[in-house]
Amino acid sequence: MTGKHKKVAYYPGCALEGTGHAYNRSTKAVGKALDLDLVELKNWNCCGAMEVKNIDPKLQTYLSARNLTIAEDMGFDTVMAPCNGCYHNLKKAEYDLANDEGSREVTERLSSKAGHKTYEAGKVETIHALDWIKDSIGEEGIKARVKNSLKGLKVANYYGCMYTRPRHIFPEKDKGPGSESTLQPHFMDDILAAAGAENVDYPLKTACCGGAHTLSDSDTSTKLVLNLLTTAEACGADVIATECPTCHTGLEMHQVRAEKVLGRKTSVKILYFTQLLGIALGLSQRQVGVQENFSDATDLLHEKGLV
Amino acid sequence: MSERIDWFLDAPDGILAADAPELADELLAIGEAVLERWLVAHDREPTDAQVEGFRLLALHRQAAKGDPSFNACRESCRELVYHRNLVKDDPSAEDVVRNLRFGAMVARHLILFIGGKLENSGLGEFCCSSRPLRQDETAQGSARHL
Repeated sequence: MTGKHKKVAYYPGCALEGTGHAYNRSTKAVGKALDLDLVELKNWNCCGAMEVKNIDPKLQTYLSARNLTIAEDMGFDTVMAPCNGCYHNLKKAEYDLANDEGSREVTERLSSKAGHKTYEAGKVETIHALDWIKDSIGEEGIKARVKNSLKGLKVANYYGCMYTRPRHIFPEKDKGPGSESTLQPHFMDDILAAAGAENVDYPLKTACCGGAHTLSDSDTSTKLVLNLLTTAEACGADVIATECPTCHTGLEMHQVRAEKVLGRKTSVKILYFTQLLGIALGLSQRQVGVQENFSDATDLLHEKGLV
Repeated sequence: MSERIDWFLDAPDGILAADAPELADELLAIGEAVLERWLVAHDREPTDAQVEGFRLLALHRQAAKGDPSFNACRESCRELVYHRNLVKDDPSAEDVVRNLRFGAMVARHLILFIGGKLENSGLGEFCCSSRPLRQDETAQGSARHL
């Protein structure tokens, strides 16, 4: 599987330019360290997550389709989206356009109004940052490039829910050996293990963190996150590795809130998997944006001899 | 139920190991009880059917019908079954206590998720995201906005 995706169109999405800035920084830094080319989509727009999707799913399909059209116009057949929400929405747009006549009609109408061609399903493949690294470099490639092994660092890999759900919009998964699994995802485990980390067996890797309800129902989100944190600690993890800015922000914010509101302090750190991989590749804390996280992992990284 | 989960997490290894198969079944029963409460709260009679040999999975399927956001706890249910099976398959295995505790942690997440959904039915909608794929009213929303 290695060798694919050496040069891909990059769709950071809104979160990576805001709360997920450290993910943006570390993804770009890892790409550079691995000699992979990321070419950001020109004039990209919101993928239609959250409000748009809930109010008007066909408009969301169009918004995501427009991003795919831009990638096609730029000469790419692959878009890489590190955010689970963006990745999910681009995949869902592909599904809708391939399976729903109504979505096709709306996309055609809005594309015409906007003055660009209508995106046709199947022209561009959407991949996640995990696919990008796994397929382009592979575990052996990572092992060969590790300068600062994560050996001794115990990691709970948290994939969140959107990376695998709903199953039917990810036809490339669950294809057996070598493919990603929706029920037991393992690409992040594979990548970080190749970087030397010790992955703990974490039974809540796809459990809901209540991320979408962090404002409307903070107490529930805090309880769900606290359970994710305490379970990771009970599994022996030093760190929860994330691959989604919504999950990451939710875990960090509610870790603080759990301590303040529920009086329950947890010490597990939260880092993007790209930050951990970047450190393993010899990048500095600053280059992967560790200082931008709420969850201050500096002491842990020092303790493990990683910085 | 939460207190019982705490007991699983705090009990000495020897106590858990001694009754591992029964305790594994108890965790599954806790999961069923949680889903039953959800269904009863929504005026539905909990099914006694089984899916893949488990009532818990049948109850989950029943609860998710018409409410796709419920699928956000699908893997938690399956994970609970998985840990129960590990314990029952070999009650004398070295890691039997660990599997019981993992099962308890998953059960706790299920309790929290369902509890959250009882207070806020939208919980799980963002991640599940299949609502727009399955419900007609959202299609009508498009016409309204375009």
